Amino acid sequence: MSPPAPNLTPSLAQRLAAADRRLRRLCLGLGALVALLFCLSLAIGPAPLALFGDLTGTGEQAALARAILLEIRLPRAALGLLIGAALGLSGAALQGLLRNPLAEPGLIGISATAALGAVAVFYFGLAGAFALALPLGGLAGAAAAVTLLYGLAGREASALTLILAGVAVTSLAGALTALALNLAPSDYAALEIVFWLLGALTDRSMTHLWLAGPFILAGCGLLLATARPLEALALGEDTARSLGVSLPRLRALAIGGTALAVGASVSVSGAIGFVGLIVPHLLRPLIGHRPAHLLPASALGGAALVQAADIAVRLIPTAQELKLGVLTALIGAPFFLHLLRQTRRAMR
Amino acid sequence: MSALLQASGLVLALDGRPVVRHADLALHPGDFVGLLGPNGAGKTTLLRALAGLLPPAAGTVVLDGRPVGDLPEARRARRLAYLPQGAECHWPLAVEALVALGRLPHRAPWASLAPADLATIEAAMRFTEVLDLAGRPVTQLSGGERARVLLARALAVDPAILLADEPVAGLDPGHQLDVMRLLGRRAEAGGAVLVVLHDLTLAARFCRRLVLMQEGRILADGPPAEVLTPDSLRLLYGIDAHIAVEADGLMVVPKGRV
Repeated sequence: MSPPAPNLTPSLAQRLAAADRRLRRLCLGLGALVALLFCLSLAIGPAPLALFGDLTGTGEQAALARAILLEIRLPRAALGLLIGAALGLSGAALQGLLRNPLAEPGLIGISATAALGAVAVFYFGLAGAFALALPLGGLAGAAAAVTLLYGLAGREASALTLILAGVAVTSLAGALTALALNLAPSDYAALEIVFWLLGALTDRSMTHLWLAGPFILAGCGLLLATARPLEALALGEDTARSLGVSLPRLRALAIGGTALAVGASVSVSGAIGFVGLIVPHLLRPLIGHRPAHLLPASALGGAALVQAADIAVRLIPTAQELKLGVLTALIGAPFFLHLLRQTRRAMR
Repeated sequence: MSALLQASGLVLALDGRPVVRHADLALHPGDFVGLLGPNGAGKTTLLRALAGLLPPAAGTVVLDGRPVGDLPEARRARRLAYLPQGAECHWPLAVEALVALGRLPHRAPWASLAPADLATIEAAMRFTEVLDLAGRPVTQLSGGERARVLLARALAVDPAILLADEPVAGLDPGHQLDVMRLLGRRAEAGGAVLVVLHDLTLAARFCRRLVLMQEGRILADGPPAEVLTPDSLRLLYGIDAHIAVEADGLMVVPKGRV
């Protein structure tokens, strides 16, 4: 290897191309990590690995192995991937929209309200009436929350206003969910409601994947389309508009995309917090803080984090399997405190 | 010569409160116009309306022969750059990434920067003398450096019209002169530049035309020597000012309140 030439200032074109290359390399690396974790997620579970020696056979054991793999582990791994991507991506997009690194679907009450939507659907027995009721309930909850938050703390909101608005939205959703829990007709019903509060990917079936998957993918598509307007929005609303950005369109994309992606995710997995906070924060310095580059990187990073956490809850030897949402909260809350300390100077 | 941007009978309101009561203003190629007036006179509101960011309550702003609000957003964005007051960047972007944002209106969706884009970015950065700052996070720059980088962003649009709201506020005298010289060169190159200023001497020496604005009306519009008089300054700001005519321009020294 030749030593780097001293004092060689790269040209502007090289610098800008290097930024694109950095993003590509990061995405390739994260993509490989996601693929690896996906395979691990298929391989790890209570059933011993030896069971899966013969998957193609006609025997009872092979049929059992196939069933475990395709009906238990595959939906769990695939949902982990999709939901992680949805949470990471929506965190990055919301942070770009509100120009605030603390915006996160879980932290500012979007997940809690989506969970309330799903709980309401369940409570009133709509889930049994038609299958799509569950994701639609989550979607409606998430959409209501984002709209409310944008009304309370949109535009030039300080970090403090946003967090306070998030506290208000979370409290409201929490109170109504607690009401449903309080009035739950049976212990079984109460247990179901608790599922959405804790958040987990256990015992999710292919049905859940088919119910939520298309909505999540559509939401991610909308969120990825915010890349360029978010880039311009770094300079404020007026400058962004002067650069040809339509703010109503941007808001519709970001709010609609978050509602679809997070709403559908939460309706099948419950609230899994802090992913959208941790992932963009860790990745932002790696891609030069560019809001557009942060989107694909955070989607992959979120997918990796949720899958890794979901593997971890299977490996951590607790009497009851640790719930995924509990684990992410245990990691995320101290992380949030750390972030809050960092941004305290900016909070008036 | 036909005007690049023409405002006629402009009436502007913010939240139902009239801010600009009546304004006629035309910008031609090569114009370097200073917009003067006390705080709250409606200068920023007028600038935002000229930029197509605020729909007029009455009157029109015409760009390329069409009302600016009717132009497709991308087309307007390629013709006209707007540099707001106290402009800032919310993320610690690298200087060249920030300047590159000026090319957004010129790029097809998902297209990356073309060689022509890069050339324009580099030219804008050379023009404002910020090439050396490439690679630095914009949040770590001094006020003067940041102002020049933000100006480079606006110039990277390669606009026919540049509207800048107090671009020299908070800069030291040296950097104020730098920015004014840059804007003047931009106008000499055939662009139209409208700039909000509070420094009367700076305005008188650099701008070739001054527009005086008070309580939402335009009091005067003409060459500095005609427009800046003890009487007009008394009326405009409520100050007594000493105006000296030097060989290379006016010098205006506010002495006291009337």
